[in-house]
Amino acid sequence: MQTMMRQQMVETLEDMLLQDKRMVIILADISDELFHTQRQEVRERLFNLGIMEQTMISVGAGFALEGFIPVMHSFVPFLVERPFEQIKDDFCYQQLSGKFISTGASYDYSVEGMTHQGPGDVHILHGLPNMQIVVPGTPAEFDALFRESYGNGANTYYRLSLSKNPFETPAQFGKLTVVRRGTQATVIAVGPMLAPTLAAVEDMDVTMLYCTTVAPFDGETLREAGQSSNIIVVEPYYEGVLARDICAAMQHTPIRLESIGVPYRILERYGTPQDHDAAIGLTPQGIRARIARFLQV
Amino acid sequence: MTDTREHLRPLLRDLTGDEKHSASAHSTLDVLWVLYDRVMRYDPRNPRSEQRDRFVLSKGHGPVAYYAILADKGFFPVAELKKFRQWDGILGAHPDRNQVPGVETSTGSLGHGLPMAVGMALALRLKQSDRRVYALIGDGESNEGSIWEAIIQAGHQHLSNLTCIAINNHSSSIEFADLAAKFAAFGWATTTINGRDHNQIYNALTHVDDQRPTAIIAEIE
Repeated sequence: MQTMMRQQMVETLEDMLLQDKRMVIILADISDELFHTQRQEVRERLFNLGIMEQTMISVGAGFALEGFIPVMHSFVPFLVERPFEQIKDDFCYQQLSGKFISTGASYDYSVEGMTHQGPGDVHILHGLPNMQIVVPGTPAEFDALFRESYGNGANTYYRLSLSKNPFETPAQFGKLTVVRRGTQATVIAVGPMLAPTLAAVEDMDVTMLYCTTVAPFDGETLREAGQSSNIIVVEPYYEGVLARDICAAMQHTPIRLESIGVPYRILERYGTPQDHDAAIGLTPQGIRARIARFLQV
Repeated sequence: MTDTREHLRPLLRDLTGDEKHSASAHSTLDVLWVLYDRVMRYDPRNPRSEQRDRFVLSKGHGPVAYYAILADKGFFPVAELKKFRQWDGILGAHPDRNQVPGVETSTGSLGHGLPMAVGMALALRLKQSDRRVYALIGDGESNEGSIWEAIIQAGHQHLSNLTCIAINNHSSSIEFADLAAKFAAFGWATTTINGRDHNQIYNALTHVDDQRPTAIIAEIE
């Protein structure tokens, strides 16, 4: 069976708990059942507080005040949206370091409805100064990116998803990866959007950049790799988050910009994540049509 | 009580401009004085020492008495009090841990401090430290749901290294008929005292339960 990102999170965290005495994991019931280890050195630093997400974040801040590195986890609405002020005040304003790992990206939990969906998480968290945002495209990328950024003293959000790329791509924290080079446009695919985007531009003469760190955004690689003033960004959350960063990176350079992602509206349907992808055009065909229209090819 | 006021009067006199929170500020004065003068272990020259007891002004509002006592105990120069809320000062209307020596947590948004204190108490227990966490909440702040999350959590975790002082100056729009009973229902040891009586305050702060978190309801008329 293929490893899911959420299962990878458990394996990565259990392993790191053994290696780093500074780490504590704080849960609010979600995923508690996935941590199977009975090793005492893991269990004594794994706290399931029950269903109280605001307190989950503040308790994490209390641990950070005492020198620990807290890892907090829940579904997107209960990790990001309900306790947003605790993330803002207790971690960001106090200049503490915490690691926030969500599961259930955008409409992964499609049948649960909008209360359990989270297309707005990156949009929201990008409003917090110095909040790092990581969107891995595979379980192995989560493992590598988490290990790379875990001890960096910052607040970092890791967005896990059901969808993933069926192949591995080199990914380094804080860096765009140049997948291939072309002349007609620069296309940036975020996390699990890489596979459908690569399929969409298969026969197009475009530069393809892979983004797993949304914030801080690697404007330097974009400036270096981009050969065209046409820039397209494909994001798996509410579209347009990276537009600001791209414009800032390309300051003083005229560009045309197309943001493709989840449309900025309330999602009302259930069905499967694939149903949502098809309805909003986050498929190879849909992405290709948007890019072709933008480039008038 | 009168002696404390006389002692702190010159310092409090400098802290002007936040009179709308005067009741909040002065209702905490006696508890804070006894806490810092006779109970807590700390070194103002090394305010982040691992050997200190921790204090969290959960409600964050009305920090005038808090600032005066921190200055009096040597955490920062008394001259800083004159710059309360000023551009070139470190003392805001809500305390900032990154600016004010001795301040453990940046608070002001109600309902954040006590949950952080629960985290600190859990962390100290994990570190096998015998230091103690004191958190001060207000009855108004107790309207916040996160306060009750923290109360439930601390009771559930048997956080005997945590003391919560609830200043009950009856400022809450919702009347808490028996605040102590509510803490007790969630597994806390409780005592209700006159929040102006220094002997009662001292006895409550120093007679803590060794199995349960301790809640002190400090009544202020």
